[in-house]
This record gives sequence, C-alpha cells and structure tokens, in this order.
Amino acid sequence: MTINVATEGEKSCVGVVGRLDTVTAPELEGKLKELFETAKELELDFSELEYISSAGLRVLLGAQKAMNKIGTMTVKNVNDAVMEVFEITGFKDILNIV
Amino acid sequence: MIFQAIDSELDNVLAWVEKTLEEAMASPKVVMPFLVAVEEIFVNVAHYAYRGKEGSVEIEFLVDDKAKITFIDEGIPFDPLAKPDPDVTASADERQIGGLGIYMVKKSMDGVEYHRVGDKNIFSFWKNL
Repeated sequence: MTINVATEGEKSCVGVVGRLDTVTAPELEGKLKELFETAKELELDFSELEYISSAGLRVLLGAQKAMNKIGTMTVKNVNDAVMEVFEITGFKDILNIV
Repeated sequence: MIFQAIDSELDNVLAWVEKTLEEAMASPKVVMPFLVAVEEIFVNVAHYAYRGKEGSVEIEFLVDDKAKITFIDEGIPFDPLAKPDPDVTASADERQIGGLGIYMVKKSMDGVEYHRVGDKNIFSFWKNL
C-alpha cells in the first residue's frame, strides 16, 4: 500500500493506493493521526484502493470521529467492490462519500 | 495447507486463495468479498484463538461449483456465529467496532457453518461461483 498526501493550507488530500487490510491499516492510521494536527478538511481519494477489510474500516471510523470534531472528512472515487463493503456495514451512512 | 496463526502470514494466505480463485476463473465480484472474508476469519484466529501463544491453523480450500474454505484451529472454543451483529445503523459516535469482521462474512458469503469437534474449532464459509 502507498499513501500519497497533498496539503494546501488546512486541506489535505490523501490518496490510498492498493489494499487497506490488517497489515497495512496501521500505516494509514499513523499518517492520518499526523494530519489531524493540521488539517481542517481531509479528503480521502480511493480511486486506486482495491480492497478494504474491517481493519481498514476501523481506521476510517476513527478518522471520521476525529474529523467530526475538527472539521470535515470526505471520501471520493470509491470503486464498486469497496462501495459494497460500505453498504453492507452501514459505513455508507457514516462516511461522507462524494 | 497449514499456516502459523499470525498476521504476517496473512499475505501468504490471501495470495494462495486469490491464485486458486483466479485459476478457477472466478469473477471479480466473487474474489474481493471472498478474500475479505478469508482475512476476517484468519485474523480472528491469529488474534484470539491461542490467547497470545503460538498456534497454527489448517485451511482447506475447495473450488468446484462454489468456493468453500474451512479453517481448523485448536484454540479456545469460539463460535463466531454466536456474536450478536453490530448495529449498522448507528452513527459514527455510537458505532462499536466489535463484530464487524464476522458480520461482513455472514452478509457477503452464501453460507457459513461452525462446529466444535473435540478440541478443534471448524469454521467454513462458501460462495457460489
């Protein structure tokens, strides 16, 4: 998994490339925690995210909760397979998917 | 195949399952949910079955008109199907984390089955191809 971050002022766009699973999720969690210090607007770009398991959902839930207090978080470019996971688990309603 | 029940084996487990599914020409609509389900169960065994001690899990994987996988471990008795479902309508603040993995397995697979036989947990799930 690769994480690409582009920050402009208080807005950070995070591109997640590859798989968000038990092994890779902690890395994204660490990166997002850094961004909570500075970003008021967090945008996650999932155009190259191929796979997400509950470990990844955990990280997203933590991030959404944190950003709900600080500012906003949106998720964009979700593919069909990942969207299906979001639908089954109710995460479609928790995340702001654009 | 037998694997050490540890997170660092996850990639090997998923690679083996994915390769077998692709050789069987399973559609992508089947492959990703199946791999997620494999991860959820494997990681549950790795994290909980042996209470922090070393242990292994035997995985049987058969693909014919369906892809069926069976996990056999000798850990503490654990029936994943006995867990109550998480509340998937709860808001972010109210959401509990627990139970999500097995819930995803139950919702995306065509069948799930658990038996405790002797000192073994035997958990299977399958998806029609």
